[in-house]
Amino acid sequence: MSERLAVRKTYKLFIGGAFPRSESGRSYAVTSSKGDFLANAAKASRKDARDAVAAARKAFPGWSSATPYNRGQILYRVAEMLEGRRAQFVAEVVDADGVTAKKAGELVDAAVDRLVWYAGWSDKIGAIRGAANPVAGPYFNLSTVEPTGVVAVVAPPTGPLLGLVSVIAPVIVTGNTCVVVASERAPLPSITLAEVLATSDLPGGVVNILTGSAGEIAPWLAGHMDVNAVDLTGADADVAVRCEELAAENLKRVLRPPLDRIDWLADPGTDRMTAFLETKTVWHPIGV
Amino acid sequence: MVGLETVRLVGDAGEVSTTTAPFAEVASSNAALRAFLHGLPGVDRVGADARAAMLGTRSIKTTAKAKAIDLAISMVDLTTLEGADTPGKVRAMCAKAVHPDPTDPSVPRVAAVCVYPDLVATAVRALDGSGVKVASVATAFPSGRSSLDVKVADTALAVAAGAAEIDMVIDRGAFLSGDYLKVFEEITAIKAACGPAGGAQEGEHSAHLKVILETGELATYDNVRRASWLAMLAGADFIKTSTGKVQPAATLPVTLVMLEAVRDFRLRTGRVVGVKPAGGIRTTKDAIKYLVLVNETAGADWLTPDLFRLGASTLLNDLLMQRQKMATGRYAGPDYFTLD
Amino acid sequence: MFEYAPAPESREIVDIKPSYGLFIGGEWVDSQGENHHKTINPASEEVLAEVAWATEADVDRAVRAARAAFTTWSALPGSERAKYIFRIARIIQERSRELAVLETLDNGKPIRESRDVDLPLVAAHFFYYAGWADKLRYAGFGRRTTDGHSGEDPRPLGVAGQVIPWNFPLLMLAWKIAPALACGNTVVLKPAETTPLTALAFADICRQADLPPGVVNIVTGAGETGAALVNHPGVDKVAFTGSTEVGRMIARSVAGTGKRLSLELGGKAANIVFEDAPLDQAVEGIVNGIFFNQGHVCCAGSRLLVQESVADEVLDALKRRLSTLRLGDPMDKNTDIGAINSAAQLAKIRELAEAGVNEGAERWSPACPIPERGFWFPPTVFTGVAQSHRIAREEIFGPVLSVLTFRTPAEAVEKANNTPYGLSAGIWTEKGSRILWMADRLRAGVVWANTFNRFDPTSPFGGYKESGYGREGGRHGLEAYLAV
Repeated sequence: MSERLAVRKTYKLFIGGAFPRSESGRSYAVTSSKGDFLANAAKASRKDARDAVAAARKAFPGWSSATPYNRGQILYRVAEMLEGRRAQFVAEVVDADGVTAKKAGELVDAAVDRLVWYAGWSDKIGAIRGAANPVAGPYFNLSTVEPTGVVAVVAPPTGPLLGLVSVIAPVIVTGNTCVVVASERAPLPSITLAEVLATSDLPGGVVNILTGSAGEIAPWLAGHMDVNAVDLTGADADVAVRCEELAAENLKRVLRPPLDRIDWLADPGTDRMTAFLETKTVWHPIGV
Repeated sequence: MVGLETVRLVGDAGEVSTTTAPFAEVASSNAALRAFLHGLPGVDRVGADARAAMLGTRSIKTTAKAKAIDLAISMVDLTTLEGADTPGKVRAMCAKAVHPDPTDPSVPRVAAVCVYPDLVATAVRALDGSGVKVASVATAFPSGRSSLDVKVADTALAVAAGAAEIDMVIDRGAFLSGDYLKVFEEITAIKAACGPAGGAQEGEHSAHLKVILETGELATYDNVRRASWLAMLAGADFIKTSTGKVQPAATLPVTLVMLEAVRDFRLRTGRVVGVKPAGGIRTTKDAIKYLVLVNETAGADWLTPDLFRLGASTLLNDLLMQRQKMATGRYAGPDYFTLD
Repeated sequence: MFEYAPAPESREIVDIKPSYGLFIGGEWVDSQGENHHKTINPASEEVLAEVAWATEADVDRAVRAARAAFTTWSALPGSERAKYIFRIARIIQERSRELAVLETLDNGKPIRESRDVDLPLVAAHFFYYAGWADKLRYAGFGRRTTDGHSGEDPRPLGVAGQVIPWNFPLLMLAWKIAPALACGNTVVLKPAETTPLTALAFADICRQADLPPGVVNIVTGAGETGAALVNHPGVDKVAFTGSTEVGRMIARSVAGTGKRLSLELGGKAANIVFEDAPLDQAVEGIVNGIFFNQGHVCCAGSRLLVQESVADEVLDALKRRLSTLRLGDPMDKNTDIGAINSAAQLAKIRELAEAGVNEGAERWSPACPIPERGFWFPPTVFTGVAQSHRIAREEIFGPVLSVLTFRTPAEAVEKANNTPYGLSAGIWTEKGSRILWMADRLRAGVVWANTFNRFDPTSPFGGYKESGYGREGGRHGLEAYLAV
């Protein structure tokens, strides 16, 4: 008796809550760390990037005005759904990184825990980053944080799940929406993550995931005048400089690539959240 | 004496009414008055304070200061409102009012003296022919806590004794409890009592009515604005900040709010109402700040004793000392000015 | 009419030297170049002094001096740094009248504003950040280690290259230098080419305070000097306040260098007046919003959005109020509107005002005599302005107000946010819940409700979008000068 032939998944893009193929019709072969063919991934184009930005912009008003409690619950829901697909992610991480199943299990667990950690920040970051300012006059003066807007994220090439989750969660938990360029070498977990996101009450367009060439897509995003910030964590040095130059055109906030290799298992701190927050200070007179 | 029965609400044909036509319906009921007064734009206290403080930084020097001092002297309502007032005290004050500095005839006379009703006759005799007017407080001054009949009688007494100006107090209790119509009706009743029928001397016009809001008890600038409009609608010729018996008395921002009210009232009705800050204005510097406030808020039209007064007593000597300093270049000393 | 006699502030209190060198390493040094520039009083076009335009070599020398000083300055206990900065604050208070006069002479702003606004804020800013110098570990920056213990104290960045504008010369210097020094950085600061004198006076204050040589260096010059400073490889941190156009260039040139960057750029703020506003105060706020400092204010309320139901009333009141503004000699204590800072700025304001007329907006100014010498522009109001007009979109940086109307709160928000800028906004209404609703939706770093153009060292200031990034003031202001 022959083994049953598996039904393979078609890996597509994730834009506005839907899974379209690349508008360009392009795809590229994704291989495992050992060089075996895994699947064809969509190779996103400039127009896909444009569509993703439009979807992220459309989602911004609703997501940014959702209550922090609500956003926290949705991130927690993402963690729940990720946990439920643990086996699938372990297999994908093993394929992508060539690590042992045990190690892959630890990485998937860490990704789930990271989501839970960030979920709890939704209604606390304002408390540690805001301030009631004691001005020298009869004025009430309050600084609060607000999301920057649409953030383009170049995901790290390594850590196809944990690294990815670690760059997406801090951006969206505070109310930003994002367009993520997934790891070019290991994009498959990102699309599986998209399936998790699509079934986690996360509004369509809050996270948009593009697979393909970061060197090709990231500069389009960095130069896009309706993108408010770029996270260049996963960008190669030359792409990062090019993107930073392009970002200057509309004064995007830029999170530069790290100088050292990031330990994704370490305590991430608040920097990835605060990089994409604006401080708004409101004054009002105090008088009868 | 004017009986209550002769005073009717505005709009009743043939009755005493000074309310200006555009607002004829405003006082038709307490609800209508309330709706109108609460529909006036609010006053942000901090903003009003800041504006008054900024105007207080104006630097009035040399020729401008000399003119301002004389203008301020001519606007003073020289006041004595003590339980210990006597005819002798009032006569002395009247002499000072006519010749503030006996050694310098170029000093203008003050606008008026302000006394209690029972001393009006004394003041009228002392000031006969001087051009200095006699103003009398009335209406159970300073608290205003009596019946309308008593208040009208109080007013009539002062008018009958020859007072050219009546400084009445509003019923702050009624105002604060929201009974605007009661306040309105009292003012119209007192206004009627000021009229010729109320016993003013033959051939004279009716007494001018200054309505004291006692802003220190109204607490908010919103209330000051509402009370200003209420008084103007009811026929006030002047609106006045304070009795001088309650702290705070006149302040720059309160006067600013009242000046905005008379400015806006003229824009909407054409009628021009005067303003009198009273109490707490002690120095020339203070007085000049008020003149700047008038100049840059209501406008120069109000810079006349007919439309702006300073209710004060000790202020006059400081104005005289500053005036002498400007003339001689030497700083003056208090021993050289009379204490009456 | 009550005419105010001239009340000029005495200029005897200031002693302006005929020429100034550069302040590097605690000494006055001559520029290595030949280029000098005359700084003038914009109210009279009288030459005040000659200043050097620092060359690349001069800038290099200054950066080296700052680098040399950094080692010891950053190693000083915070409490010692604090005392130096407190000293500076006190000396500024002691010399405030002199500095106010100097600022007015060089900048053209009314003495009333330099005396009552600029100088008190300058001293307060140094006083505020002085107190932070020994409390940085409590500021909440720096990553916590995984075991929950606090890591090291946050570290300074190194040498800060700071470039400031001409609209609030000494105040912008304070905003830049005070937090930089408190955090342990050393600085090279370039004042604007038209207003160098108070920065040079500040150099003297540093000497009076015995500030260690090289901690503060002042290099005067124009755009080229600024570019040399920003692009110097020895600079770890760039801080710039000025136009969005230059900010963009700086952001581009810093790309790839790893230099930290904070930018405080242009604005086109909406000042939104609802029908239930406290109207008299709103009118004052409109006036203060756009005519304060001749409108040379990045956060100026240059777009008045007024609810249609009260538009006529507000405009009548505004015009009446503008007729009382006193334009003229900035040294007169009663002057409200001083001189435009430079001929170039005046030309820019004129060009945009003419564009407003050409695009069909209606121009109004109060009757207002203009002095013969110097650079002047009357307070100007444009009505009938559409969102598409240049005067509704471009920063004019002058006493020119564009008036637009709206019907609903949502429309007001939409129009207010319809700009690439996002520095400030104003809301005027007596309804508290509407203030909060509006404040929540306005994409601007500072929202003044029922007030406008208020500043305080404890209050973070800075923009969204193309108005820049980073915050100055408050605890937030430390972040730009710490390795966090």
